[in-house]
Amino acid sequence: MKVAVCINHVPDTETKIKVSSDGVSIDKAGVNFMLSPYDEVAIEEGLKIKEKFKGEVTALSLGGDSHKETLRKALAMGVDKAVLLKDEGVRDSFGVAAGLAAELKSLSPDIILFGKQSIDYDGAQVGTLVAEMLGMPSAAVVVKMDVEDGKVFCEREIEGGHEVVETKLPAAFLAQKGLNEPRYPSLKGIMAAKNKPIEEKPAVAAEIRVETTAMKKPVPKSAGKILGTDKSVVPELIRLLHEEAKVI
Amino acid sequence: MPKFQGVDFFNIESLLSEEEILVRNTVREFVDDEVLPIIEKHNRAGTFPMELAPKMGELGLMGATLPEEYGCAGLNNVSYGLMMQELERGDSGVRSFASVQSGLVMYPIFAFGSSKQKDHWLPKLAKAEKIGCFGLTEPDFGSNPGGMITRADEKSDGYILNGAKMWITNGTVADVAVVWAKLNGKVNGFLVEKGTPGFTAPEMKGKHSLRASVTSELIFQDVHIPKENRLPGGEGLRLPLSCLSQARYGIAWGAIGAAMACYDSALNYSKTRIQFGRPIGSFQLTQAKLVHMLTEITKGQLVSLQLGRLKDAGKVRFQQISFAKRNNVFHALEIAREARSILGANGILDEYPVMRHAANLESVLTYEGTHEMHTLILGEDITGVAAFE
Ligand SMILES: Cc1cc2nc3c(=O)[nH]c(=O)nc-3n(C[C@H](O)[C@H](O)[C@H](O)COP(=O)(O)OP(=O)(O)OC[C@H]3O[C@@H](n4cnc5c(N)ncnc54)[C@H](O)[C@@H]3O)c2cc1C
Ligand SMILES: Cc1cc2nc3c(=O)[nH]c(=O)nc-3n(C[C@H](O)[C@H](O)[C@H](O)COP(=O)(O)OP(=O)(O)OC[C@H]3O[C@@H](n4cnc5c(N)ncnc54)[C@H](O)[C@@H]3O)c2cc1C
Repeated sequence: MKVAVCINHVPDTETKIKVSSDGVSIDKAGVNFMLSPYDEVAIEEGLKIKEKFKGEVTALSLGGDSHKETLRKALAMGVDKAVLLKDEGVRDSFGVAAGLAAELKSLSPDIILFGKQSIDYDGAQVGTLVAEMLGMPSAAVVVKMDVEDGKVFCEREIEGGHEVVETKLPAAFLAQKGLNEPRYPSLKGIMAAKNKPIEEKPAVAAEIRVETTAMKKPVPKSAGKILGTDKSVVPELIRLLHEEAKVI
Repeated sequence: MPKFQGVDFFNIESLLSEEEILVRNTVREFVDDEVLPIIEKHNRAGTFPMELAPKMGELGLMGATLPEEYGCAGLNNVSYGLMMQELERGDSGVRSFASVQSGLVMYPIFAFGSSKQKDHWLPKLAKAEKIGCFGLTEPDFGSNPGGMITRADEKSDGYILNGAKMWITNGTVADVAVVWAKLNGKVNGFLVEKGTPGFTAPEMKGKHSLRASVTSELIFQDVHIPKENRLPGGEGLRLPLSCLSQARYGIAWGAIGAAMACYDSALNYSKTRIQFGRPIGSFQLTQAKLVHMLTEITKGQLVSLQLGRLKDAGKVRFQQISFAKRNNVFHALEIAREARSILGANGILDEYPVMRHAANLESVLTYEGTHEMHTLILGEDITGVAAFE
């Protein structure tokens, strides 16, 4: 089984984001970056499929040199090969998908895994776009996957429940948290990854269809109000929740 | 509490390799996910979190600098140091477990053991399927281990061991004890297996420090040790001292981890705790404390990193390891006490990690060579005159 996993290098969820002086990007100084958490789930699923069916898992990431750090982590977790599709510039979801699709076409994997969204821009588009560009079926927000005889049975998380779907390979899947419990890269894996090369090639050019024009911070929360500390304030609290906050 | 983001005022990150960063981040995540949620419970109960042992083994934290042929990761010393830093950010007891298993049990078997001893023990110790301990200190010989009275007498079919050790980390839970005893007046290492008749290892109770770690006595009454259980690779006090150099190196890094945890906790607290209508972090006295902490952490990081680079290049001197252990542990303890004061009364609660670290670091100040003994080692090195022996 040939598996490809597309992974992204994103700011740590705990990082306090500052908008840069250009007003359309974030200030990267002092920001810790990491493997996007849903992509980590996708890697784990790829490794599990490989452990069951043998074969090979390739991790792909489109971006600048800094993405190597995340590819290195994928290698340390146990991925066999890593490819950096290099582009230091800015791309929209379509541009990223086009770059990945071009490489995946020649790689022709049986299964392509993505995170359901990367936690930086929250586009939730790349996996589905790539599948469409390659003309293959896809399932998003997957929380359970069983591969059997060229078919995949999935459970997808939907509002209030799960949808059970079935599709034929080759196909693409967008991982949701809960699909599995990602492993830590073992220290042995980290040392082994040192000797696995990261293949670098320029990402194919793609037109930009959606342009960022501004980045805005959310409106700061206004100060809270303490009404008192005993039960005598409950009626007033209910009135305020009802009339002012309008939440009940 | 917000997730720990590291303390790096001097962009020391830029001096680390990709895999050193990955090792640190992996252990950091492990500590956040697996150690911090359970450690206060174990500290309160006075138990080592044994459930962590197989996980630490699987991750490759045991004997991590030893070669792959024994199932180890083959890390360089800087990666190993960063791993110890993160473990001790969790708890000194958890770091002690890794230090003892790696530096004091696997290292002497690797360095002085027979190939049969290595093949038998190292892979199992690497997975933490088997646990080891290191018995050097005796009730009457701590800083002066050369005076030990535990002795081995040669018999036709092996040795008879008599004596007692005290303050032995992991003693009660160990499957194998690396025991140092005098044979014909010279210090030798012996592998004593759990359950050997005449050998008992009762746990020491009543500790105010390093509570999430097992500390034991080892008692030997006419214990028969087979010939093949002596470490054949040499004799003399030099052997156990070389093990201590390994473990002390890790402690120099570990202390920074404990200090970082305390600093991080105090810094966060100082930003949110309001007194006199302002965050206490806005008062000059609190700022002076925080700046002192950051300064000492940063100095300790640079000392440890250069120590690791020297060790990786095979150029480290044991006096340099003494310098780093002495300096970093001393300042970590000072930082823990200062952090405690910033947290006011909250500082004494186990809702925050600082009091636990402060108490733990009292042990760390004493074991692996007391602060004073390292002072004397350095004093001898710079003056040429030994104040002890
Ligand atoms: C929690 C814990 C775990 C431990 N784990 C282990 C273990 O796994 N294996 C092991 O073998 N040991 C272990 N130890 C023992 C530790 O290494 C000893 O406690 C340490 O070496 C000090 O010995 P001591 O306690 O006998 O103190 P002493 O040697 O009695 O020292 C008491 C005081 O006198 C000072 N002193 C002694 N001699 C001099 C001198 N010449 N000049 C100036 N001052 C001096 C010391 O610095 C200290 O302040 C552990 C200890 C603790 C607390
Ligand atoms: C075991 C225990 C028993 C206690 N028993 C009692 C009791 O019986 N009755 C009682 O009333 N209280 C009691 N206390 C509370 C005790 O008096 C308070 O903890 C103490 O007054 C400090 O207040 P705090 O803990 O709120 O710390 P904070 O006032 O929040 O101080 C936190 C830190 O900020 C510093 N700080 C605060 N303001 C400034 C400033 N303006 N400039 C510079 N630094 C500043 C402090 O020095 C400290 O380092 C007890 C506390 C403990 C730990």
